Amino acid sequence: MNIYLDNAATTRVDKRVIKKMLPYFDNKYTNASSIHFPGQENDIEINNCKKEIASVLNGNSQNIVFTSGATESNNLIIKGVMRANVNKGKHFLISAIEHPCVMESARELLGEGFEFDYVPVDKNGVVVLSELEKKIRPDTVLISIMAVNNEIGSIQPMIEIGKIAKRNDIYFHTDAVQAVPYLKIDIKKWQVDFLSLSAHKFYGPKGVGLAYIDKNIKIRPIIVGGGQEDGIRAGTYNLPGIVGMTEALKLSYQERDSYLKEVRNIRDYFWQEIKKKIKNINLNGDLKNRTPNNLNIMFKGIEGEAILIDLSLKGIHVSTGSACSAQNLRTSSVIKALGVEDDYMNSNIRFTFGRYNKKSEVDYTIDKLIKTVERLRSFTPIK
Amino acid sequence: MALNYSKETLKHFRNPKNIGEIKNPDAFAEVGNMVCGDQLAFTLKVEKNKIKDIKFLSFGCASNIATASVMTEMVKGMTLEEAKKFDWNKIVGELEGLPSQKVHCSVLAVEGLKKVILNYEEKNKK
Repeated sequence: MNIYLDNAATTRVDKRVIKKMLPYFDNKYTNASSIHFPGQENDIEINNCKKEIASVLNGNSQNIVFTSGATESNNLIIKGVMRANVNKGKHFLISAIEHPCVMESARELLGEGFEFDYVPVDKNGVVVLSELEKKIRPDTVLISIMAVNNEIGSIQPMIEIGKIAKRNDIYFHTDAVQAVPYLKIDIKKWQVDFLSLSAHKFYGPKGVGLAYIDKNIKIRPIIVGGGQEDGIRAGTYNLPGIVGMTEALKLSYQERDSYLKEVRNIRDYFWQEIKKKIKNINLNGDLKNRTPNNLNIMFKGIEGEAILIDLSLKGIHVSTGSACSAQNLRTSSVIKALGVEDDYMNSNIRFTFGRYNKKSEVDYTIDKLIKTVERLRSFTPIK
Repeated sequence: MALNYSKETLKHFRNPKNIGEIKNPDAFAEVGNMVCGDQLAFTLKVEKNKIKDIKFLSFGCASNIATASVMTEMVKGMTLEEAKKFDWNKIVGELEGLPSQKVHCSVLAVEGLKKVILNYEEKNKK
Protein backbone atom coordinates (compact mmCIF):
# COMPACT_ATOMS: atom_id res chain seq x y z
CA MET A 1 0.00 0.00 0.00
CA ASN A 2 1.21 3.45 -0.85
CA ILE A 3 -1.42 6.08 -0.32
CA TYR A 4 -0.27 9.62 -0.81
CA LEU A 5 -2.36 12.18 1.06
CA ASP A 6 0.23 14.95 1.10
CA ASN A 7 -0.63 16.65 -2.18
CA ALA A 8 -0.09 20.12 -0.75
CA ALA A 9 3.58 19.24 -0.23
CA THR A 10 4.02 18.19 -3.82
CA THR A 11 2.20 16.28 -6.55
CA ARG A 12 3.00 13.49 -8.94
CA VAL A 13 3.84 14.82 -12.39
CA ASP A 14 1.10 14.24 -14.95
CA LYS A 15 2.25 11.80 -17.67
CA ARG A 16 1.05 14.17 -20.38
CA VAL A 17 3.32 16.82 -18.88
CA ILE A 18 6.32 14.49 -18.89
CA LYS A 19 5.65 13.68 -22.54
CA LYS A 20 5.64 17.37 -23.40
CA MET A 21 8.93 17.92 -21.56
CA LEU A 22 10.98 15.04 -22.95
CA PRO A 23 11.99 16.57 -26.33
CA TYR A 24 13.57 19.49 -24.46
CA PHE A 25 16.04 17.16 -22.77
CA ASP A 26 16.78 15.44 -26.04
CA ASN A 27 16.79 17.04 -29.50
CA LYS A 28 15.52 20.47 -28.41
CA TYR A 29 18.23 20.97 -25.80
CA THR A 30 19.63 24.28 -27.01
CA ASN A 31 20.20 27.35 -24.88
CA ALA A 32 17.36 29.78 -25.48
CA SER A 33 19.75 32.71 -25.16
CA SER A 34 21.88 31.50 -28.09
CA ILE A 35 21.72 33.48 -31.32
CA HIS A 36 21.73 30.46 -33.65
CA PHE A 37 18.46 29.19 -35.07
CA PRO A 38 17.87 26.21 -32.75
CA GLY A 39 18.49 28.54 -29.81
CA GLN A 40 16.10 31.13 -31.18
CA GLU A 41 13.46 28.46 -31.68
CA ASN A 42 13.60 27.78 -27.97
CA ASP A 43 13.43 31.48 -27.22
CA ILE A 44 10.24 31.61 -29.27
CA GLU A 45 8.93 28.61 -27.33
CA ILE A 46 9.57 30.45 -24.04
CA ASN A 47 7.61 33.43 -25.27
CA ASN A 48 4.78 31.14 -26.37
CA CYS A 49 4.73 29.61 -22.90
CA LYS A 50 4.53 33.07 -21.35
CA LYS A 51 1.59 33.94 -23.60
CA GLU A 52 -0.24 30.76 -22.69
CA ILE A 53 0.38 31.24 -18.98
CA ALA A 54 -0.65 34.91 -19.15
CA SER A 55 -3.91 33.99 -20.78
CA VAL A 56 -4.69 31.46 -18.01
CA LEU A 57 -3.82 33.98 -15.28
CA ASN A 58 -5.38 36.96 -17.09
CA GLY A 59 -2.15 38.92 -16.97
CA ASN A 60 0.42 40.40 -19.31
CA SER A 61 2.88 37.90 -20.78
CA GLN A 62 5.71 40.47 -20.59
CA ASN A 63 5.43 40.34 -16.81
CA ILE A 64 6.21 36.66 -16.43
CA VAL A 65 9.64 35.75 -15.06
CA PHE A 66 10.58 32.10 -14.77
CA THR A 67 12.27 31.01 -11.56
CA SER A 68 13.21 27.82 -9.74
CA GLY A 69 9.94 27.87 -7.80
CA ALA A 70 7.82 29.95 -5.47
CA THR A 71 10.46 30.11 -2.75
CA GLU A 72 12.71 31.94 -5.16
CA SER A 73 9.84 34.04 -6.51
CA ASN A 74 8.81 35.13 -3.02
CA ASN A 75 12.39 35.97 -2.08
CA LEU A 76 12.85 37.95 -5.29
CA ILE A 77 9.61 39.90 -5.04
CA ILE A 78 9.68 40.78 -1.34
CA LYS A 79 13.35 41.61 -1.05
CA GLY A 80 13.67 42.96 -4.58
CA VAL A 81 10.68 45.30 -4.40
CA MET A 82 11.51 46.62 -0.94
CA ARG A 83 15.16 47.22 -1.75
CA ALA A 84 14.38 48.99 -5.03
CA ASN A 85 11.67 51.29 -3.68
CA VAL A 86 13.17 52.89 -0.58
CA ASN A 87 12.14 56.27 -1.99
CA LYS A 88 8.52 55.19 -1.31
CA GLY A 89 9.20 53.87 2.16
CA LYS A 90 10.67 51.01 4.15
CA HIS A 91 7.57 49.38 5.60
CA PHE A 92 5.56 46.37 4.41
CA LEU A 93 2.84 44.00 5.58
CA ILE A 94 2.57 40.22 5.50
CA SER A 95 -0.09 37.95 6.94
CA ALA A 96 0.53 35.93 10.09
CA ILE A 97 0.12 32.66 8.18
CA GLU A 98 2.60 33.08 5.32
CA HIS A 99 4.90 30.32 4.19
CA PRO A 100 8.35 30.32 5.86
CA CYS A 101 9.99 31.65 2.67
CA VAL A 102 7.93 34.84 2.98
CA MET A 103 8.49 35.06 6.74
CA GLU A 104 12.24 34.56 6.39
CA SER A 105 12.53 37.05 3.52
CA ALA A 106 10.73 39.59 5.70
CA ARG A 107 12.99 38.91 8.68
CA GLU A 108 16.08 39.23 6.52
CA LEU A 109 14.97 42.73 5.55
CA LEU A 110 14.74 43.75 9.23
CA GLY A 111 18.52 43.64 9.32
CA GLU A 112 18.63 46.18 6.48
CA GLY A 113 16.52 48.77 8.28
CA PHE A 114 13.15 47.77 6.83
CA GLU A 115 10.11 47.26 9.04
CA PHE A 116 7.10 45.01 8.67
CA ASP A 117 3.94 44.08 10.54
CA TYR A 118 1.88 40.91 10.56
CA VAL A 119 -1.75 41.10 9.54
CA PRO A 120 -3.64 38.79 11.92
CA VAL A 121 -6.13 36.13 10.87
CA ASP A 122 -9.43 35.07 12.42
CA LYS A 123 -10.08 31.62 13.91
CA ASN A 124 -10.68 30.26 10.41
CA GLY A 125 -7.36 31.48 9.10
CA VAL A 126 -8.64 34.38 7.01
CA VAL A 127 -6.92 37.77 7.22
CA VAL A 128 -8.90 40.40 9.07
CA LEU A 129 -9.37 43.24 6.58
CA SER A 130 -10.02 45.91 9.20
CA GLU A 131 -6.69 44.99 10.81
CA LEU A 132 -4.97 45.19 7.44
CA GLU A 133 -6.27 48.74 6.95
CA LYS A 134 -5.22 49.73 10.47
CA LYS A 135 -1.67 48.55 9.93
CA ILE A 136 -1.13 50.54 6.76
CA ARG A 137 1.31 53.44 7.25
CA PRO A 138 2.22 56.34 4.95
CA ASP A 139 5.52 54.56 4.24
CA THR A 140 3.99 51.13 3.51
CA VAL A 141 5.28 49.94 0.15
CA LEU A 142 4.06 46.36 -0.18
CA ILE A 143 1.34 44.01 1.05
CA SER A 144 2.15 40.30 0.70
CA ILE A 145 -0.72 37.92 1.47
CA MET A 146 -1.00 34.36 0.22
CA ALA A 147 -4.05 33.38 -1.85
CA VAL A 148 -4.54 30.00 -0.13
CA ASN A 149 -2.91 28.84 3.06
CA ASN A 150 -0.71 25.76 2.77
CA GLU A 151 -1.64 24.16 6.09
CA ILE A 152 -5.37 24.71 6.45
CA GLY A 153 -6.33 25.64 2.88
CA SER A 154 -8.08 28.84 3.94
CA ILE A 155 -8.92 31.12 1.02
CA GLN A 156 -7.98 34.78 1.37
CA PRO A 157 -10.14 37.65 0.07
CA MET A 158 -7.94 38.60 -2.87
CA ILE A 159 -10.29 41.10 -4.47
CA GLU A 160 -10.85 43.01 -1.24
CA ILE A 161 -7.14 43.08 -0.41
CA GLY A 162 -6.42 44.30 -3.94
CA LYS A 163 -8.89 47.15 -3.50
CA ILE A 164 -7.36 48.20 -0.20
CA ALA A 165 -3.89 48.10 -1.70
CA LYS A 166 -4.86 50.20 -4.74
CA ARG A 167 -6.79 52.70 -2.66
CA ASN A 168 -3.70 53.27 -0.55
CA ASP A 169 -1.25 53.20 -3.47
CA ILE A 170 0.54 50.12 -2.12
CA TYR A 171 1.92 47.27 -4.20
CA PHE A 172 0.21 43.90 -3.74
CA HIS A 173 1.93 40.51 -3.91
CA THR A 174 0.32 37.13 -3.47
CA ASP A 175 1.95 33.76 -3.03
CA ALA A 176 -0.59 31.74 -5.01
CA VAL A 177 1.31 28.48 -4.80
CA GLN A 178 -1.61 26.55 -3.27
CA ALA A 179 -4.29 28.20 -5.43
CA VAL A 180 -4.00 26.21 -8.69
CA PRO A 181 -6.62 25.22 -9.79
CA TYR A 182 -8.76 25.81 -6.69
CA LEU A 183 -9.12 29.54 -7.33
CA LYS A 184 -9.64 31.18 -10.70
CA ILE A 185 -6.45 33.20 -10.54
CA ASP A 186 -7.17 36.56 -12.13
CA ILE A 187 -4.37 39.06 -12.00
CA LYS A 188 -6.47 41.95 -13.30
CA LYS A 189 -9.50 41.28 -11.12
CA TRP A 190 -7.39 40.68 -8.01
CA GLN A 191 -5.32 43.80 -8.85
CA VAL A 192 -2.10 42.04 -7.92
CA ASP A 193 1.20 43.53 -9.04
CA PHE A 194 3.17 40.41 -8.13
CA LEU A 195 2.33 36.72 -7.89
CA SER A 196 4.30 33.53 -7.24
CA LEU A 197 3.70 29.97 -8.45
CA SER A 198 5.47 26.58 -8.30
CA ALA A 199 4.80 23.97 -10.98
CA HIS A 200 5.17 20.95 -8.70
CA LYS A 201 2.07 21.90 -6.73
CA PHE A 202 -0.15 21.29 -9.77
CA TYR A 203 1.19 18.07 -11.30
CA GLY A 204 4.14 19.78 -12.96
CA PRO A 205 7.87 19.29 -12.41
CA LYS A 206 9.91 20.42 -9.41
CA GLY A 207 12.52 23.14 -9.77
CA VAL A 208 10.45 25.52 -11.87
CA GLY A 209 8.06 28.30 -11.00
CA LEU A 210 7.24 31.82 -11.93
CA ALA A 211 7.22 35.31 -10.55
CA TYR A 212 4.63 37.60 -12.09
CA ILE A 213 6.21 41.03 -11.88
CA ASP A 214 4.61 44.24 -13.08
CA LYS A 215 7.49 45.63 -15.12
CA ASN A 216 6.44 49.21 -14.41
CA ILE A 217 7.50 48.72 -10.81
CA LYS A 218 11.14 48.83 -9.81
CA ILE A 219 12.67 45.60 -8.56
CA ARG A 220 16.24 44.70 -7.67
CA PRO A 221 17.33 41.22 -8.81
CA ILE A 222 18.77 38.66 -6.44
CA ILE A 223 20.36 36.35 -9.00
CA VAL A 224 22.56 38.32 -11.39
CA GLY A 225 24.54 37.06 -14.34
CA GLY A 226 23.83 36.80 -18.05
CA GLY A 227 20.89 39.20 -18.09
CA GLN A 228 18.09 36.73 -18.82
CA GLU A 229 14.50 37.79 -18.06
CA ASP A 230 15.37 41.46 -18.74
CA GLY A 231 18.03 41.27 -16.05
CA ILE A 232 15.51 40.41 -13.35
CA ARG A 233 16.56 36.79 -13.04
CA ALA A 234 19.78 35.51 -14.55
CA GLY A 235 20.46 31.88 -15.38
CA THR A 236 19.97 29.61 -18.39
CA TYR A 237 16.30 29.09 -19.15
CA ASN A 238 14.99 25.77 -17.81
CA LEU A 239 13.23 24.79 -21.02
CA PRO A 240 11.91 21.37 -19.98
CA GLY A 241 10.65 22.85 -16.73
CA ILE A 242 9.05 25.87 -18.38
CA VAL A 243 7.30 23.75 -21.01
CA GLY A 244 6.19 21.30 -18.32
CA MET A 245 4.83 24.02 -16.06
CA THR A 246 2.92 25.61 -18.93
CA GLU A 247 1.31 22.31 -19.88
CA ALA A 248 0.51 21.47 -16.24
CA LEU A 249 -1.11 24.85 -15.70
CA LYS A 250 -3.17 24.59 -18.88
CA LEU A 251 -4.38 21.09 -18.04
CA SER A 252 -5.19 22.09 -14.46
CA TYR A 253 -7.58 24.77 -15.62
CA GLN A 254 -8.98 22.85 -18.60
CA GLU A 255 -9.96 20.01 -16.27
CA ARG A 256 -10.77 22.22 -13.33
CA ASP A 257 -14.50 21.62 -12.97
CA SER A 258 -14.38 17.82 -12.91
CA TYR A 259 -11.26 17.77 -10.75
CA LEU A 260 -12.73 20.09 -8.11
CA LYS A 261 -15.85 17.95 -7.94
CA GLU A 262 -13.91 14.72 -7.55
CA VAL A 263 -11.46 15.97 -4.97
CA ARG A 264 -14.24 17.56 -2.95
CA ASN A 265 -16.25 14.33 -2.98
CA ILE A 266 -13.30 12.35 -1.68
CA ARG A 267 -12.36 14.95 0.93
CA ASP A 268 -15.91 15.37 2.21
CA TYR A 269 -16.50 11.62 2.34
CA PHE A 270 -13.33 11.17 4.41
CA TRP A 271 -14.28 13.95 6.83
CA GLN A 272 -17.87 12.75 7.26
CA GLU A 273 -16.71 9.21 8.01
CA ILE A 274 -13.97 10.02 10.51
CA LYS A 275 -16.15 12.59 12.24
CA LYS A 276 -18.61 9.77 12.86
CA LYS A 277 -16.05 7.16 13.80
CA ILE A 278 -13.38 8.98 15.81
CA LYS A 279 -14.19 10.94 18.95
CA ASN A 280 -12.55 14.13 20.17
CA ILE A 281 -11.38 15.49 16.87
CA ASN A 282 -11.68 19.04 15.55
CA LEU A 283 -11.33 20.58 12.15
CA ASN A 284 -8.81 23.43 12.19
CA GLY A 285 -10.37 26.20 10.14
CA ASP A 286 -13.71 26.33 8.45
CA LEU A 287 -14.99 23.65 6.06
CA LYS A 288 -16.57 26.17 3.69
CA ASN A 289 -13.89 28.75 3.11
CA ARG A 290 -11.11 26.32 2.31
CA THR A 291 -9.88 24.61 -0.81
CA PRO A 292 -11.60 21.25 -1.50
CA ASN A 293 -8.34 19.26 -1.26
CA ASN A 294 -7.50 20.14 2.34
CA LEU A 295 -8.34 18.92 5.83
CA ASN A 296 -6.37 19.82 8.93
CA ILE A 297 -7.56 17.84 11.91
CA MET A 298 -6.79 17.99 15.60
CA PHE A 299 -6.68 14.63 17.38
CA LYS A 300 -6.95 15.49 21.04
CA GLY A 301 -4.65 13.82 23.54
CA ILE A 302 -2.14 12.40 21.07
CA GLU A 303 0.86 13.80 19.29
CA GLY A 304 0.87 14.59 15.57
CA GLU A 305 4.20 13.15 14.56
CA ALA A 306 3.37 9.85 16.27
CA ILE A 307 0.17 9.71 14.20
CA LEU A 308 2.12 10.55 11.05
CA ILE A 309 4.79 7.86 11.58
CA ASP A 310 2.23 5.25 12.58
CA LEU A 311 0.22 5.94 9.41
CA SER A 312 3.33 6.02 7.26
CA LEU A 313 4.34 2.59 8.57
CA LYS A 314 0.95 1.45 7.21
CA GLY A 315 1.65 3.04 3.83
CA ILE A 316 -0.42 6.20 4.33
CA HIS A 317 1.54 9.40 3.92
CA VAL A 318 0.33 12.61 5.52
CA SER A 319 1.89 15.64 7.15
CA THR A 320 1.81 17.48 10.45
CA GLY A 321 1.70 20.86 8.74
CA SER A 322 3.86 22.06 5.95
CA ALA A 323 6.62 19.72 4.81
CA CYS A 324 9.08 22.35 5.99
CA SER A 325 8.00 21.83 9.57
CA ALA A 326 9.56 18.38 9.48
CA GLN A 327 12.94 20.05 9.01
CA ASN A 328 12.92 22.00 12.24
CA LEU A 329 10.14 20.38 14.28
CA ARG A 330 8.83 23.74 15.36
CA THR A 331 5.15 23.98 16.07
CA SER A 332 3.06 25.45 13.32
CA SER A 333 2.84 29.23 13.30
CA VAL A 334 -0.33 28.86 11.21
CA ILE A 335 -2.19 26.78 13.80
CA LYS A 336 -0.95 29.17 16.48
CA ALA A 337 -2.28 32.15 14.52
CA LEU A 338 -5.76 30.59 14.55
CA GLY A 339 -5.76 30.95 18.31
CA VAL A 340 -5.59 27.22 19.03
CA GLU A 341 -4.68 26.56 22.68
CA ASP A 342 -1.02 25.72 23.28
CA ASP A 343 -1.92 22.29 24.62
CA TYR A 344 -3.34 21.29 21.24
CA MET A 345 -0.57 22.71 19.06
CA ASN A 346 1.08 19.33 18.62
CA SER A 347 -1.94 17.20 17.79
CA ASN A 348 -2.70 18.26 14.23
CA ILE A 349 -2.54 16.36 10.96
CA ARG A 350 -2.92 17.72 7.45
CA PHE A 351 -4.56 15.49 4.85
CA THR A 352 -4.35 16.86 1.31
CA PHE A 353 -6.08 14.94 -1.43
CA GLY A 354 -5.30 15.03 -5.11
CA ARG A 355 -6.03 13.91 -8.61
CA TYR A 356 -4.81 10.34 -8.18
CA ASN A 357 -6.54 9.42 -4.92
CA LYS A 358 -9.27 6.80 -5.15
CA LYS A 359 -12.20 6.11 -2.88
CA SER A 360 -10.78 2.69 -2.02
CA GLU A 361 -7.64 4.42 -0.71
CA VAL A 362 -9.76 6.68 1.44
CA ASP A 363 -11.63 3.68 2.87
CA TYR A 364 -8.34 1.99 3.71
CA THR A 365 -7.08 5.19 5.34
CA ILE A 366 -10.21 5.57 7.48
CA ASP A 367 -9.83 2.02 8.74
CA LYS A 368 -6.13 2.42 9.58
CA LEU A 369 -6.54 5.90 11.05
CA ILE A 370 -9.13 4.63 13.53
CA LYS A 371 -6.66 1.98 14.70
CA THR A 372 -3.77 4.43 14.91
CA VAL A 373 -5.76 6.88 17.01
CA GLU A 374 -7.03 4.07 19.26
CA ARG A 375 -3.53 2.73 19.82
CA LEU A 376 -1.95 6.09 20.65
CA ARG A 377 -4.85 7.08 22.87
CA SER A 378 -4.58 3.79 24.77
CA PHE A 379 -1.37 5.00 26.43
CA THR A 380 -1.63 8.77 26.57
CA PRO A 381 -1.23 10.38 30.00
CA ILE A 382 -3.61 13.17 28.90
CA LYS A 383 -6.98 12.79 30.53
CA MET B 1 18.08 17.32 7.85
CA ALA B 2 15.38 14.76 7.44
CA LEU B 3 13.87 12.46 9.98
CA ASN B 4 15.38 9.05 9.59
CA TYR B 5 14.41 6.73 12.37
CA SER B 6 16.40 3.53 12.87
CA LYS B 7 14.68 0.16 12.54
CA GLU B 8 15.13 -0.34 16.27
CA THR B 9 13.39 2.97 17.06
CA LEU B 10 10.47 2.09 14.80
CA LYS B 11 10.26 -1.35 16.37
CA HIS B 12 9.92 0.14 19.85
CA PHE B 13 7.45 2.74 18.54
CA ARG B 14 5.25 0.04 17.02
CA ASN B 15 5.43 -2.30 19.98
CA PRO B 16 6.48 -0.34 23.01
CA LYS B 17 7.56 -2.29 26.07
CA ASN B 18 6.30 -1.44 29.56
CA ILE B 19 3.54 0.78 28.32
CA GLY B 20 0.71 1.51 30.75
CA GLU B 21 0.35 2.16 34.46
CA ILE B 22 1.31 0.03 37.45
CA LYS B 23 -1.58 -0.42 39.84
CA ASN B 24 -0.75 0.87 43.34
CA PRO B 25 2.72 2.07 42.35
CA ASP B 26 5.40 2.94 44.88
CA ALA B 27 6.11 6.16 43.01
CA PHE B 28 4.81 8.37 40.20
CA ALA B 29 6.37 11.17 38.15
CA GLU B 30 5.56 13.23 35.09
CA VAL B 31 7.99 15.12 32.85
CA GLY B 32 7.62 17.29 29.77
CA ASN B 33 4.40 18.96 28.68
CA MET B 34 1.87 19.11 25.87
CA VAL B 35 3.11 22.46 24.63
CA CYS B 36 6.50 20.99 23.82
CA GLY B 37 4.78 17.95 22.37
CA ASP B 38 6.36 15.42 24.65
CA GLN B 39 5.04 14.29 27.98
CA LEU B 40 5.86 11.10 29.87
CA ALA B 41 4.27 9.68 33.02
CA PHE B 42 6.15 6.98 34.91
CA THR B 43 4.98 4.58 37.60
CA LEU B 44 7.47 2.57 39.63
CA LYS B 45 7.51 -0.54 41.81
CA VAL B 46 10.54 -1.14 44.03
CA GLU B 47 11.62 -4.31 45.82
CA LYS B 48 14.75 -4.68 47.94
CA ASN B 49 15.99 -1.33 46.69
CA LYS B 50 15.81 -2.55 43.10
CA ILE B 51 13.48 -1.55 40.24
CA LYS B 52 10.99 -4.38 40.17
CA ASP B 53 8.75 -2.79 37.57
CA ILE B 54 8.50 0.48 35.70
CA LYS B 55 5.84 1.56 33.22
CA PHE B 56 5.14 4.70 31.25
CA LEU B 57 2.42 6.60 29.42
CA SER B 58 3.30 8.91 26.54
CA PHE B 59 1.97 11.95 24.76
CA GLY B 60 4.78 12.27 22.29
CA CYS B 61 6.37 11.53 18.99
CA ALA B 62 7.73 8.18 17.81
CA SER B 63 11.10 8.71 19.46
CA ASN B 64 9.52 9.83 22.73
CA ILE B 65 7.70 6.51 22.88
CA ALA B 66 10.70 4.47 21.70
CA THR B 67 13.18 6.04 24.12
CA ALA B 68 10.93 5.44 27.13
CA SER B 69 10.29 1.90 25.94
CA VAL B 70 13.94 0.97 25.59
CA MET B 71 14.97 2.76 28.78
CA THR B 72 12.39 1.03 30.95
CA GLU B 73 13.60 -2.29 29.57
CA MET B 74 17.20 -1.44 30.40
CA VAL B 75 16.69 -0.23 33.98
CA LYS B 76 14.51 -3.07 35.19
CA GLY B 77 16.38 -4.99 37.89
CA MET B 78 18.86 -2.18 38.52
CA THR B 79 19.39 -0.88 42.03
CA LEU B 80 18.06 2.63 42.56
CA GLU B 81 21.63 3.91 42.88
CA GLU B 82 22.56 2.39 39.52
CA ALA B 83 19.42 3.70 37.88
CA LYS B 84 20.05 7.22 39.17
CA LYS B 85 23.34 7.23 37.26
CA PHE B 86 21.76 5.94 34.04
CA ASP B 87 23.21 7.76 31.03
CA TRP B 88 20.91 8.84 28.16
CA ASN B 89 23.63 7.95 25.67
CA LYS B 90 22.88 4.31 26.38
CA ILE B 91 19.36 4.80 25.02
CA VAL B 92 20.68 6.34 21.84
CA GLY B 93 23.11 3.41 21.49
CA GLU B 94 20.44 0.80 22.11
CA LEU B 95 18.18 2.41 19.50
CA GLU B 96 21.07 2.38 16.99
CA GLY B 97 21.08 6.16 16.89
CA LEU B 98 18.48 8.91 16.97
CA PRO B 99 18.05 11.81 14.54
CA SER B 100 19.96 14.75 16.03
CA GLN B 101 16.82 16.81 16.62
CA LYS B 102 15.36 13.90 18.59
CA VAL B 103 18.21 13.24 21.02
CA HIS B 104 16.44 15.39 23.62
CA CYS B 105 13.78 12.66 23.85
CA SER B 106 16.30 10.33 25.49
CA VAL B 107 17.30 13.10 27.88
CA LEU B 108 13.64 13.59 28.84
CA ALA B 109 13.16 9.88 29.47
CA VAL B 110 16.15 9.84 31.83
CA GLU B 111 14.84 12.97 33.54
CA GLY B 112 11.59 11.09 34.14
CA LEU B 113 13.45 8.10 35.54
CA LYS B 114 15.34 10.28 38.01
CA LYS B 115 12.18 12.08 38.99
CA VAL B 116 10.23 8.91 39.70
CA ILE B 117 13.10 7.55 41.82
CA LEU B 118 13.24 10.84 43.71
CA ASN B 119 9.50 10.57 44.32
CA TYR B 120 10.07 7.09 45.72
CA GLU B 121 12.88 8.27 47.98
CA GLU B 122 10.87 11.18 49.29
CA LYS B 123 7.98 8.90 50.13
CA ASN B 124 10.27 6.44 51.90
CA LYS B 125 12.41 8.80 53.95
CA LYS B 126 13.27 7.34 57.31
